[in-house]
Amino acid sequence: MSLTATWSGLRHTVWVLRGNLVTAIAAAAAILLALVAIFGPMLVPYDPVASDVPRALQPPSALHWAGTDQLGRDVFSRLIVATRLDLAIAVTAVSVSFVIGTVIGSLCGYVGGKLDRAVGRFVDVLMAFPLFVLAMAMVAALGNRVENIVIATAIINLPFYIRFARAEVNIRRNLGWVEAARACGDGHVSVVLRFLLPNVLPAMAVQMSLNLGWAILNAAGLSFIGLGVKPPTPEWGIMVAEGARFISTGRWWLVSFPGLALMLAVLCFNLLGDGLRDILDPRMRT
Amino acid sequence: MMSPLLEIDNLGVTFSTRRGLVEALRGVSLSLQPGEMLGLVGESGSGKSVTGFAVTGLLDKAGRITAGRVKFRGQDITRASGAELRNLHGANMAMIFQNPRAALNPIRTVGAQIADAVLSHRRLSKQEARAEALKLLRAVQIRDPDRRLDAYPHELSGGMCQRVMIAIAISCNPSLLIADEPTTGLDVTTQKVVMDLLARIVAERGMTTILITHDLGLAAHYCRRVVVMEQGRLVEEGAPQTLFRAPQHAYTKRLVASSPTATSRVGDLVPADEALPVVEVKDRPTPAPGTPPLLDVQHVVKRFDDGAAAVADFSMTVAAGESVGLVGESGSGKSTTARMICRLIDPSAGDILFDGYSIAKLPARDFHRSPLRKEIQIVFQDPHESLNPRFTAFDCIAHPLLRLTGLRPGDALRSRVEECADRVGLPRELLSRFPHQLSGGQKARIGIARAIACRPRLLVLDEPTAALDVSVQAVVLQLLDRLRREDNLAFLFVSHDLNVVRMMCSRTIVLRAGGIVEQGESLALFANPQTDYTRELVEAIPHIGSPASLLPA
Repeated sequence: MSLTATWSGLRHTVWVLRGNLVTAIAAAAAILLALVAIFGPMLVPYDPVASDVPRALQPPSALHWAGTDQLGRDVFSRLIVATRLDLAIAVTAVSVSFVIGTVIGSLCGYVGGKLDRAVGRFVDVLMAFPLFVLAMAMVAALGNRVENIVIATAIINLPFYIRFARAEVNIRRNLGWVEAARACGDGHVSVVLRFLLPNVLPAMAVQMSLNLGWAILNAAGLSFIGLGVKPPTPEWGIMVAEGARFISTGRWWLVSFPGLALMLAVLCFNLLGDGLRDILDPRMRT
Repeated sequence: MMSPLLEIDNLGVTFSTRRGLVEALRGVSLSLQPGEMLGLVGESGSGKSVTGFAVTGLLDKAGRITAGRVKFRGQDITRASGAELRNLHGANMAMIFQNPRAALNPIRTVGAQIADAVLSHRRLSKQEARAEALKLLRAVQIRDPDRRLDAYPHELSGGMCQRVMIAIAISCNPSLLIADEPTTGLDVTTQKVVMDLLARIVAERGMTTILITHDLGLAAHYCRRVVVMEQGRLVEEGAPQTLFRAPQHAYTKRLVASSPTATSRVGDLVPADEALPVVEVKDRPTPAPGTPPLLDVQHVVKRFDDGAAAVADFSMTVAAGESVGLVGESGSGKSTTARMICRLIDPSAGDILFDGYSIAKLPARDFHRSPLRKEIQIVFQDPHESLNPRFTAFDCIAHPLLRLTGLRPGDALRSRVEECADRVGLPRELLSRFPHQLSGGQKARIGIARAIACRPRLLVLDEPTAALDVSVQAVVLQLLDRLRREDNLAFLFVSHDLNVVRMMCSRTIVLRAGGIVEQGESLALFANPQTDYTRELVEAIPHIGSPASLLPA
């Protein structure tokens, strides 16, 4: 039974990807990114933090594919190694806000009333701040560490998940199958957890994918202005910040490659989001 | 003989879907004389709405006319361009849709929307258009038309919204009016008023009308010629009296047989060769005097947060194995009552006794833990909406067994689920499908299988067949009746369809605005209603046999 279900799910995924080239490319890119994050540090040709001053500021060549920076470090190796950190920050932050936001949002959507109103106003207050400035303030207050970047990113994403889950649960809570579940012996808690949540997940997954790109940008942005990750740790935001000093002297490779990596990562998750709903919704299957 | 207003010649329409091309119409030929009202009847998927859309050029993008021609006043409009169509719409042809509330723009006043329709085809000033809108609202007999002009759709009832739609449709005096299920979803009394109005207006203005409906009675009552469609084909055509009294085509025969009438019995609805095998059920011993009734509802009240009473002082009893009908129009509180008895919501006052035990004391929030939970089950109105889209048919039926009988996944559960599927006539190979892969009738069977899985003693049926085609309804009703006899189940049958309730229930309670209007033995109650309201309800039902006397000669 579960084997046939997995098989039909797999066939459906292939069907969606075949009909949607953009999603297929984005999915391939996301898998590649994940592989690079996992195996990258083992494969890189140079030590990403070892400086080699005589070879500083060399343009891209066969030896150094993306050139070297002001300390003679290999930009390509640093790019590859940075993938793990950047993705880890984004994935953890998004997962935290997804779990907490979905639970709170579903409860509000199902229970309604005072709880819903109280949480709703709290979310409004949170969203009234410019979110990046809020994240900056939190990292500055909590301390300049990677964990705090994760916490700050998670908190500023929270309102979107709460609102989203609330709306999705709210439109379903009076449907026949929810009442039927109660007639079949499920209490409210189990209705929310076993019936409403699984039905809300496809829409939430789309939100998560879009959010991943945004979280990567957020983490890089914080590092760019000097919060969070500290040099010499390889991280795309820091690499852009450090390279920016040399752009006026024509050393374009220092900002271009990390910038390109950021752009591709964000683009890949945003494009993936569109196709994800088609894959996860059982109603799209024939 | 006059030249026909509309001629459809061998029309074919296909839709391209994920599963390839689907033929929606295959060689449909029709012709309409000016001033005629033609009834187009058939079940869902028969192509009756597609015919309407093809004529008005409103087919959606996936649909394409592949063969044949449509001629309007002798002019070929099969492949009319956008501009030509805009000219045709309104001034020459107009359409009325099924759900009037969805067809109206919710954020504009109905007056403005009628004025828009007027202005799109005539050069008038704003004031003149408004005056014209007022005149139209008077024509469709809306009470207080001056005030309604500035009302928004949500401030009007369903019946009033449909009158506004009619006003928009007739605003430019079209010669052809296509009414697609204009009264489906309205109460019977409202349906009668709206249809009488529509029939009068088209007769007065000499409009030609196509009435698309699934209700044979409605078509028979208002049309002098009826066309029956099945799977994109015309199968039979004729005057309703002869057509429905002596149907020739097998499909028409079936359709006529399965439409409940004032005298039909459950057994007559399905042709003998397709009927379920009759199970001999021995008579149950009558319970000893003094045994409490299975269900005893005592002075139950439901007030909403704003203090308005949805149900006021409702009392009833249901004996074991008895079938009681609860009828009433929308807003009568019948669904609220059903949900209170099912212990899905709490009554504000009063008591409910099941088997002599009070079950209203335990809040609905905790009732799922009660041992009586599995004794009271419910079948919901919309079979699609009542199934979890992420559950297969198997999961749906297994769900109450897992929760309420302590069965664990395994062979025992599988055989119980398969037994339930067999009892409701659901093929076992469909058990692994998701709801969206099943037809309406199959989903209805799953809903019933789920409700009877734990062998309850009371089954609450909340309009169980309202969303089904008549032929499917016939089969489902027969199935329910058989299950009731086999298990000595008691039914609380909630419905707006009096003919169905008469067949299914020995006793009937008529509700209106949260109170009981009348109750008694079903046959006596419908044959000889004691109150004006019940009489009005009974008389509003269109019957196949009734003459088309409303239309002037």
